[in-house]
Amino acid sequence: MAAVIPAAGQAAPAKRRGGLARFTRRKSTIAFLMALPLILLIGGLVVYPALYSVHLATLNKSMEHFVGFGNFEFLFKRDLFWMVVKQSCIFAVTAVLFKALIGFCVAHFVHNVPAKGQRKWRGMLLIPWVIPPAMSTLAWFWLFDPSYSAFNWLFARLGLPTVAWLGEPNWARFAVILVNVWYGAPFFLIMYLAALKSVPEQLYEAAAIDGANWWQKIWYVTLPMMRNIISITVLFSLIVTFANFDIVRILTSGGPIDQTHIFATWAFNLGIQGNDIPLGASVSLFMFPILAIAAFFILRDINRRGNEA
Amino acid sequence: MSNAASSRRRFLKKSAAATAALAFPYIRTSYAAGSLSVGYWDHWVPGANDVLTKICQDWAKKEKVELKIDYITSQGNKLQLTAQAEAQAKSGHDLMTFQAWDPLDKQKLLEPVDDVMATLVKANGAIDPAAQYLIKGKSHYVGVPAVTGTQVKPPCVRLDLFKTVAGVDILEMYPTLKAPTKAADNWNWDTLVKAAEKLHKEGHPVGLGLGQTTDSVDWVGAMFHSFGAELVNAKGDIVIKKSDGVKQALEYMQRLVKVMPADVFAWDDASNNKYIISGQGSMIMNPPSAYAVAKRDNPKVAEQLYTIPMPKGPKGRYAPYLPFIWGVWGFSKNKSAAKSLLQTIWQRENVEKLVEGSIGYDIPSFASQRHFKVWEEIAPPKGTVFHYPPKQDQVLSVACAPAPAGIANQMYVQGIQTKLIAQCTQGGKSVAQAIDWAASELEGYMRT
Repeated sequence: MAAVIPAAGQAAPAKRRGGLARFTRRKSTIAFLMALPLILLIGGLVVYPALYSVHLATLNKSMEHFVGFGNFEFLFKRDLFWMVVKQSCIFAVTAVLFKALIGFCVAHFVHNVPAKGQRKWRGMLLIPWVIPPAMSTLAWFWLFDPSYSAFNWLFARLGLPTVAWLGEPNWARFAVILVNVWYGAPFFLIMYLAALKSVPEQLYEAAAIDGANWWQKIWYVTLPMMRNIISITVLFSLIVTFANFDIVRILTSGGPIDQTHIFATWAFNLGIQGNDIPLGASVSLFMFPILAIAAFFILRDINRRGNEA
Repeated sequence: MSNAASSRRRFLKKSAAATAALAFPYIRTSYAAGSLSVGYWDHWVPGANDVLTKICQDWAKKEKVELKIDYITSQGNKLQLTAQAEAQAKSGHDLMTFQAWDPLDKQKLLEPVDDVMATLVKANGAIDPAAQYLIKGKSHYVGVPAVTGTQVKPPCVRLDLFKTVAGVDILEMYPTLKAPTKAADNWNWDTLVKAAEKLHKEGHPVGLGLGQTTDSVDWVGAMFHSFGAELVNAKGDIVIKKSDGVKQALEYMQRLVKVMPADVFAWDDASNNKYIISGQGSMIMNPPSAYAVAKRDNPKVAEQLYTIPMPKGPKGRYAPYLPFIWGVWGFSKNKSAAKSLLQTIWQRENVEKLVEGSIGYDIPSFASQRHFKVWEEIAPPKGTVFHYPPKQDQVLSVACAPAPAGIANQMYVQGIQTKLIAQCTQGGKSVAQAIDWAASELEGYMRT
């Protein structure tokens, strides 16, 4: 017995060492270990706050009792909540549509600029996207300013009536969407430009031989080749635009008469300023199902095309 | 054996203790009374923070407290966000500055300060009921009104435009460095709207903000009080539909809005300042900060600016009051030091220094401390802010009072009163429809 035990005891660690060495040498293990700091970071800064906000959304106003879906039931009965849902959808869909359209047109323009001058154009057109939005929105606020609006100054010089840019609900909606489009269009531009550059030139040559005009080239060659990148870009932008806070907060704070409030600004208004953190958390969480549905359909479409290919 | 071992151990323990004592002798530091961390509001007026710092550091030196002061801006709600974060984390400053409604909301997390208030009341007389409304919890005081940043927002008018265009002699009612005359009885909402119509015709409209920020909400709150317009009573009942005052106030505003700039609904707390400084505006509702900036940026306009009490309504003359409040967190480890500091700051000579440091911007919440020299000295024009501190027939108004704090806070933050005006003017609703809309909104604020 005494002779057997040490032998077994010596063999087992050797086996374990071998197994451990093989485990650590596996590519997937190394990849996991290298990604671990990022996973922990995302866990700490994304997953934990997300779960915590779910927890908050189930509490009453004084955060002392569990109310389940009570906050959502309360919200669903409020007209203002549905107005915010409608406005958030109008804001996000309109802004993303115009960003995509402008990005697509400008990407074509830049793509056709001779290579020598292209870099300058690319750099200049990216400026709105690289300036911190809080700063650039302040500059827009001054352009729309009630007393010193540069636009109104120009209108007055041209003999046109001045506009209450941020004081009249429809103009205020126009202003917040305009600034969002101005800020976000360069992102679409750069993504579409990259996609355009990856379309093989032979396809256009073949289309030209078949007698395709420029519109037919765009419709039958460019767009099908860019479909996936368009879908991904639209999805990403939709998420970011739905969750936008700074532009609306700085320009209108949700006014006049709440007509420009979107999810994030209203959630801040209720949760932080109104000391009703659970209700604020519930409003911000309501974005999640809307975005999840959009993401499901867009990603399903991309997957289908991938399988077809 | 046992004895030998235990004596050896005892010897080793004693030797270790002696070594430690020799290595780390107790040093009586200059901070024997511990440390104190304070979060104050970052004052707009340059130099005002320095006066407060000096008072606090002198106290800290005398009391042997290690004092750390953070000045936190209210821009972008940073002050409120900090307080919210500290409430969630139950950690942070010992003494914190709160926005008006927050101490009552967080009363369970705050140290009662009845002892501090008792001392202050004994020294200065009764505290203003408006301040009491914001600091008195169910059974005790939860905060002390801050000296710095507490303000009222009365009219700041252009003397020249009111006299020549509107035919209203402001100095006849509110003479330079003298108490108001009998003529001041005529300074009411009707006088204002008639003047506003004339000023509008001549291209110098009166500009009173109707957005959702504090400047707008505060003056509208005072105007509602002066009409006796109540939306929610002290018991928390929605009474807006029964209030004749609300109808009168809204009908009045329908008339006034017609002669004001179209974008007053989008004004923030800076817009009214810019409007009067630009030279176009004839009147705004603001503390003297607008005057101070005008003095720097447009001295000719500043020479004509004069601060006077609010117009009188059927139920009296109300001053739009907005205090900051100092509170001691329940989790603070040095509550006694925090309370001692509060008492020191509120000593009359210190309050006078602070008001001087703020160039008369700060308004003490005790009526007995509203006669300092600084309000006489600021010029030009002579006596420009002499009538700024509320005196005589004025009642301090907290917008949305007397509703219970939890409801009033929602009403205030959502700007229900300014939105109510917007609904029946810009929004195209009738007064009755706007009231129905507000009643439905108010039901949503009743959450507990």
